[in-house]
Amino acid sequence: MSVDRMPPVPSSSERSYPPIGWLSTGALAMVIVGGILMASYAPRKAPLAVATALLVVGALLLLTAGVLLVSLKDFSRTTFLKVFKWAIFADLVTAALIEFAFVRDHTNGASLLIVTFMLAVFTLSVPTTIAFTVARYAED
Amino acid sequence: MTDTVKDVVSLMSDEPPIARPKIQVVPLKGLPISAAAVVFVTLAIAGNWQWALVFCHVAGGGLWTGIDLFVGLVLGPILGHLSIPARAEFAAKFMPKMVIIMPTVVMMTLATGFQIARKMGNLYANSPNHPWLIASFCVVGVMAVIALGILEPANIAVLFEMNKPVPNGELIGRLMKRFIYTAGITGLMQIATLIIMTRVATQ
Repeated sequence: MSVDRMPPVPSSSERSYPPIGWLSTGALAMVIVGGILMASYAPRKAPLAVATALLVVGALLLLTAGVLLVSLKDFSRTTFLKVFKWAIFADLVTAALIEFAFVRDHTNGASLLIVTFMLAVFTLSVPTTIAFTVARYAED
Repeated sequence: MTDTVKDVVSLMSDEPPIARPKIQVVPLKGLPISAAAVVFVTLAIAGNWQWALVFCHVAGGGLWTGIDLFVGLVLGPILGHLSIPARAEFAAKFMPKMVIIMPTVVMMTLATGFQIARKMGNLYANSPNHPWLIASFCVVGVMAVIALGILEPANIAVLFEMNKPVPNGELIGRLMKRFIYTAGITGLMQIATLIIMTRVATQ
């Protein structure tokens, strides 16, 4: 195919991507609902089956977003990683503070484990959404 | 003033881009203030320090509610009526500050609020404040999803777009619209927070 017959490359703002931002926001919503459930039962034990189900759905949504992200073509991974690095730093501080508050309030055992995993999903989902939203419009 | 006009024109024209100063997406000067707030909140929780817990919750919550209401219901509609270059010019100065301020005040409010509720026995199911606290958790949860999943990514994407040699005015307009609508929703939800918190304080 000669150069003048090649189809025009769409600009970054015109390219269409899978709903990675919505999937990671969905994951965030799941762990927030789970967190509300755990907090609304404190200091009693929350129903762990519901919290675990929400955590699993959140983790699966995040995993799907991750798989789609890795398989993307025409996507600025440099910009994604640059933004992700800063955002995860901020979210790690927030997550560490929440974890500290739960430990300080004598949360332990399975409840603490679920909260920790929920915080892990939170720490990964927010930077994924932010970094993807920025990188999808990047030109490099 | 002349520089501002040149910057605005450069966003809209097809002429070669005019050199504009790079926008610092995360204002590094603000990080020590944010770090100090994190340390203060941690000390307040670790020491069960009543005054510090209440101070962080009231100061953080007041700022959070006030900023959300002002941005969502006053600044948002004004921005919506401005031209895209004017919105972009405003965003370049305003949004980097929000990147530092909002997570800090939200962290101060929520971390200490939960501790205060626990200390005062409001988390127990037989407390008259318990249903109000659950309502508050739900309001905060919805605001968190909107702010972290929609508003903040749009905010940061605008800043990155504006740092390009030739920013896409149409894209900035689209992302700013998302910012304006979500800020309006969180602003309205803060009215619910005000009702809930005043109920909790007076029961």
